[in-house]
Amino acid sequence: MNKLTRKNTSWFSTGSPWIWLNGGAISLCMIMVVGLLGLIAVRGFGHFWPADILQTSVVDRSGQTHIIMGEAVRDEVIPAAVARDGGYDIADDAEIITRHLFKMGNRDITGRDFVWYLDMGMKPWEYPADAVAIERREWGNFYGYPVAIKEQDQKVTELAAGDFWQQLDARLERALDLHEQVHRIEKVDIGRINRQMDDLRLERRRLELTGISAAELAVADAEFAEQRAALETQYAVVKAERDQILAQATRDKLLVRTADGKEATIGFNHIVRVTRPNTMTVPEKLGQYVERFWEFLTEEPREANTEGGIFPAIFGTITMVIVMSIMVTPLGILAAIYLREYAKQGTMLKIIRISVYNLAGVPSIVYGVFGLGFFVYILGGSIDQLFYPESLPTPTFGTPGLFWASLTLALLTLPIVIVSTEEGLARIPSTIRQGSLALGATKAETLWKVVVPLATPAMLTGLILAIARAAGEVAPLMLVGVVKLAPSLPIDGNYPYLHLDQKIMHLGFHIYDVGFQSPSVEAARPLVYATSLILVALIMVLNIAAIKIRNNLREKYRGASE
Amino acid sequence: MNPTALVEPIKLEVNNLNLYYGEKRALNNVSMKIPEKKVTAFIGPSGCGKSTLLRCFNRMNDLVDSCRVEGQILLDGYNIYDKSVDVAELRRQIGMVFQKPNPFPKSIYENVAYGLRLQGVKSKRLLDEVVERSLKGAALWDEVKDRLHENAFGLSGGQQQRLVIARAIAIEPEVILLDEPASALDPISTLKIEELINELKNQYTIVIVTHSMQQAARVSDYTAFMYMGDLIEHDLTDTVFTNPSKKQTEDYITGRYG
Repeated sequence: MNKLTRKNTSWFSTGSPWIWLNGGAISLCMIMVVGLLGLIAVRGFGHFWPADILQTSVVDRSGQTHIIMGEAVRDEVIPAAVARDGGYDIADDAEIITRHLFKMGNRDITGRDFVWYLDMGMKPWEYPADAVAIERREWGNFYGYPVAIKEQDQKVTELAAGDFWQQLDARLERALDLHEQVHRIEKVDIGRINRQMDDLRLERRRLELTGISAAELAVADAEFAEQRAALETQYAVVKAERDQILAQATRDKLLVRTADGKEATIGFNHIVRVTRPNTMTVPEKLGQYVERFWEFLTEEPREANTEGGIFPAIFGTITMVIVMSIMVTPLGILAAIYLREYAKQGTMLKIIRISVYNLAGVPSIVYGVFGLGFFVYILGGSIDQLFYPESLPTPTFGTPGLFWASLTLALLTLPIVIVSTEEGLARIPSTIRQGSLALGATKAETLWKVVVPLATPAMLTGLILAIARAAGEVAPLMLVGVVKLAPSLPIDGNYPYLHLDQKIMHLGFHIYDVGFQSPSVEAARPLVYATSLILVALIMVLNIAAIKIRNNLREKYRGASE
Repeated sequence: MNPTALVEPIKLEVNNLNLYYGEKRALNNVSMKIPEKKVTAFIGPSGCGKSTLLRCFNRMNDLVDSCRVEGQILLDGYNIYDKSVDVAELRRQIGMVFQKPNPFPKSIYENVAYGLRLQGVKSKRLLDEVVERSLKGAALWDEVKDRLHENAFGLSGGQQQRLVIARAIAIEPEVILLDEPASALDPISTLKIEELINELKNQYTIVIVTHSMQQAARVSDYTAFMYMGDLIEHDLTDTVFTNPSKKQTEDYITGRYG
């Protein structure tokens, strides 16, 4: 035997088991991550695909036959005994039975949106070409057949007529346009007038608080009254315009019939979208899909957040994260520079450093409690006393809002920024510092001109981690400023444009709200996935952007730390 | 100790210098005179205190917390350890080049202009002029003139070291301290640095620490041999290398220890 041949080595001592173990661990991690993202993506993206509308007849527990129409959601197999207990008459030899969940819509007519029906006695499913799904502003979807279009209670066209669908599209477009106009008037014009009225009220209160004489106040009052009258005139004009548009919007009505023959009338002003998925080709569905997805991203929510879009939540999340970054970055960096460069190394510094590191481990809800107790009530209360006494007892900053939410998150992420900045500063080679000092630079000059620029990639790393943490945080936000439905966005065209005192919506909280607080679990389920998907995507986008910037800087300073 | 040096004008004078790192004494009562516009080399085995002594001249040792200095160093007759001395100002007059090239993470141009910008020079014309002159002075101009605004890290090690020298001479110091400037370089770059030192001594007083006795012999006018924190011998380079007065110096030079 050659003396170089391996002898008597067991499989264990070759090290192979370790490689397999390590490989297995990483595979498991990958499977979990990919599985998580895949599940969210499939469920989330699937929601926007226009489902076919089926019609069939079913037998209910009293043995009666109904014709039903809707979208098939899913089906499951249950023990026959369960169905028997539910009051269905089922053959004795049957042990298991399939049941289907249908989204039937028509909440205003039947009162039930999602219904389970047993497979037993069900006719084969049909997909009638004329079946429509009507997305409404209230009461959810309607499924049924269109019958006719009425203009001012006069029938204009019927389904049989050749121009029915063109008429429908044209009139719907008009109605949507009018709705858009009303919406703009309400949000922008009336909003502005309301704000000005409120400003007047506060202005008067402010004067009152300064303690001017009654005569002066009377003079001011006269002026206020004048301004108020002017605003009221403006309001009357705007309101008249709005009412006129509203009246126009109610002109057209759509006559519809449900699958079991009940007739109903839907005003065009209540319709968001009319689709005939059964006649749509795949490209058409794809177009519809993109449109719905876009609407989901850009529209406001409707119907207790179970319909419409999530734009305010996306906007709120981004605004909050940006405000947080603006607060945490300078604070964290300055603190880290002091700790690393100036503070005298010793026991005190060690204690401070340990405290900072430990802050990162404090449960986030505790930050929420602190934010509410200290920031909102004490700090905010004091700010109100000092700067907004005119609006008391209504609090301005003494109530949860964007600023406090951002500040709480800034506190939460401060240790992350400090730690990574400190690590970055520690990595700068001392030769570079000495090079600068040897040229006659002071310590501060060396720091700001050479050391800090070199440490920027590390600072950005800290910021990336902070953003990722902050964007996904929910628990503390529920206490300090996030609500399920905010009336307006925190940034708008009214001075001072960024409203730090306003309450905001947040994707993480939105998921919680839709998933657990919504009246209809089945309706909310896909939205939970879709919103999760957007939240993950948003965090990814923020991270990728920050990583790109960091890598660019790293490339620029490559070599210095080698 | 070094009688021949006395005939030259003196730039730096060390008087009874003791230096401690905590309890440990690193320099023992060193006294010496360094002549103006000459190259003085410090040689000696590792840990003998030659770099420590060099760093005393621009007070780089101040950065070490536990370091304590007793005695005097006079620059043109003024004690640089006097309380009234502004360390930044001192370092402007006594420049230093380190063992490993340490350019800043900036462009070649900005590296050279750094010292001037610190002094508040804003004039583009003046900066351009000084950058060009300094790079020419460091024999680097021809190699980098077309890429002045590229990152200095793109240069080779030898080029970086010459850039660092250009950066040091841009603020026109009176003395340049070189701490083993060629130890991290290849032979050709080393040769270039040595040629450069020969050029620079026309204008500057140069003190160089080196491990290579050949290098000391090639570039210096005077050589100081140190051992265990003591200055053993300081004389004309020729004398030290051909006819050392101390047994220890001879042993070191002939390679018997060190």
